[in-house]
Amino acid sequence: MRNSGFDVLLSLNNLRRLMLGLGGTLEIAAVSVAVSVILGVLCGFAMMSKNRAVYALFRVYLEAFRIVPILVWLFLFFFGSAIVFGANLEGWFVSVLVFSLWGTAEMGDLVRGTVLSIPAHQWQSAEAIGLTPWQVRRFVIIPQTLRRIAPSAINLVTRMVKTTSLVVFVGVTDILRVGKQIIEFNMMKNPMASFWIYGFIFLIYFLICYPISRFSKKLEEKWSY
Amino acid sequence: MTAQKRDVILDIKGLRKSYGDKIVLNGVDICVERGEAVVIIGPSGCGKTTLLRCVNGLETHQGGTITIDGREAGSKNFDWILVRQKVGMVFQSYDLFPHMTVLENILLGPLRAQKRTREEASGQAIRLLERVGLADRVNDFPRQLSGGQRQRIAIVRALCMNPDIMLFDEVTASLDPEMVREVLDVILGVARQGMTMMIVTHEMGFARVAADKVIFMEGGVIAEEGPAKEFFTLPKTERARRFLNTFYFE
Ligand SMILES: Nc1ncnc2c1ncn2[C@@H]1O[C@H](COP(=O)(O)OP(=O)(O)O)[C@@H](O)[C@H]1O
Ligand SMILES: [Mg+2]
Repeated sequence: MRNSGFDVLLSLNNLRRLMLGLGGTLEIAAVSVAVSVILGVLCGFAMMSKNRAVYALFRVYLEAFRIVPILVWLFLFFFGSAIVFGANLEGWFVSVLVFSLWGTAEMGDLVRGTVLSIPAHQWQSAEAIGLTPWQVRRFVIIPQTLRRIAPSAINLVTRMVKTTSLVVFVGVTDILRVGKQIIEFNMMKNPMASFWIYGFIFLIYFLICYPISRFSKKLEEKWSY
Repeated sequence: MTAQKRDVILDIKGLRKSYGDKIVLNGVDICVERGEAVVIIGPSGCGKTTLLRCVNGLETHQGGTITIDGREAGSKNFDWILVRQKVGMVFQSYDLFPHMTVLENILLGPLRAQKRTREEASGQAIRLLERVGLADRVNDFPRQLSGGQRQRIAIVRALCMNPDIMLFDEVTASLDPEMVREVLDVILGVARQGMTMMIVTHEMGFARVAADKVIFMEGGVIAEEGPAKEFFTLPKTERARRFLNTFYFE
């Protein structure tokens, strides 16, 4: 009988290696998301400054990350660092750097757009009851910003998680690379391995991103007013 | 002079305001005494909203003075954040905070700006809500309320700060006609209790009964002012007469 090849997934060793690879990817995603959220909020508020030069600079930065594929950015920093510093930066570090720069730009743009979408009279009626500028933000603007921004921010996070699959190209041992190794190792005796391994990786990404987008839907319902 | 000392809450002198080249207020003088209800009327775009917004510091003015409770805006120990706690304002747009319940909306100022205790402030909030007939809506969100109910809540929110003066800017202008009355009744009730107020409105019937003094503005200046009764029965200026006529079908 022909081997279905499913048994590649039954090997504990293979699963353990895949999970370790996944851990590496998720770590990069988690660190980059955390950095992006913090810097993105600061960036977003800074972008609302009246200074047009500051804003123009930000637009260039944001568009650069939108137009140029993330993979190219990874290569640029990875191989570029060798030229500039004479040594390759660690793949892990390059990945976090590129994903954080991208995430910060996108997050900053979201924060800026969302805060600006809150009607002027919300600011004014908060000021009119004698709140300090900080209290206006703390009690009126930020809570409404959070509610409005949640869906698109969570969408950004899932996009970042998905895109971390690119880190394999700068030498990070992620789940894709481990999968490839397993497939190559089993090539001879199990030609169906690639189907099962990639299927498994597909499932893993789905299991990570689906709850995140479910959560975002739930928030949206809970916070609709 | 034997007349008793006038208790002036708000004194505006020679107020000037422009946006760029456009002059919006061109020397406005208004004096409001404690307990007085001043109604401001005039064609759209004559500067009524701008005037009210200057009085609570949402706009800066370029000339003249605004003196509130004896302190001049812009002088040394004048702080808009403190003054606004004493100057209640209700806007034309429904301006409740959509993410907060009715009670949270009302208590935000008393608790955060005035640092009062929740117990004391919510007691007052409930009493005020009862007065406007909305005590059963304390835990509702603004989206669950009609426009008229929202404006009554907005009035309660301002009242709960125990202001010295209340500013109303066409608070019924975006309401459906059948809701205008319930809001005007609340304002009238507040006036009868002796609250000092400046009311911008296009509801002439209401202005007639609510106003102690009427100010008619046109093109950024006061074109005529006087006691409500005189103004409505016998306006002195042709412009005021023409303006009033636009409200009646003949
Ligand atoms: N932020 C602004 N920038 C420029 N012009 C303004 C602004 N706000 C109001 N104006 C102008 O000032 C004039 C007076 O406006 P406003 O005080 O709203 O009038 P009213 O309330 O009597 O209808 C109008 O001509 C209006 O176009
Ligand atoms: Mg107006």
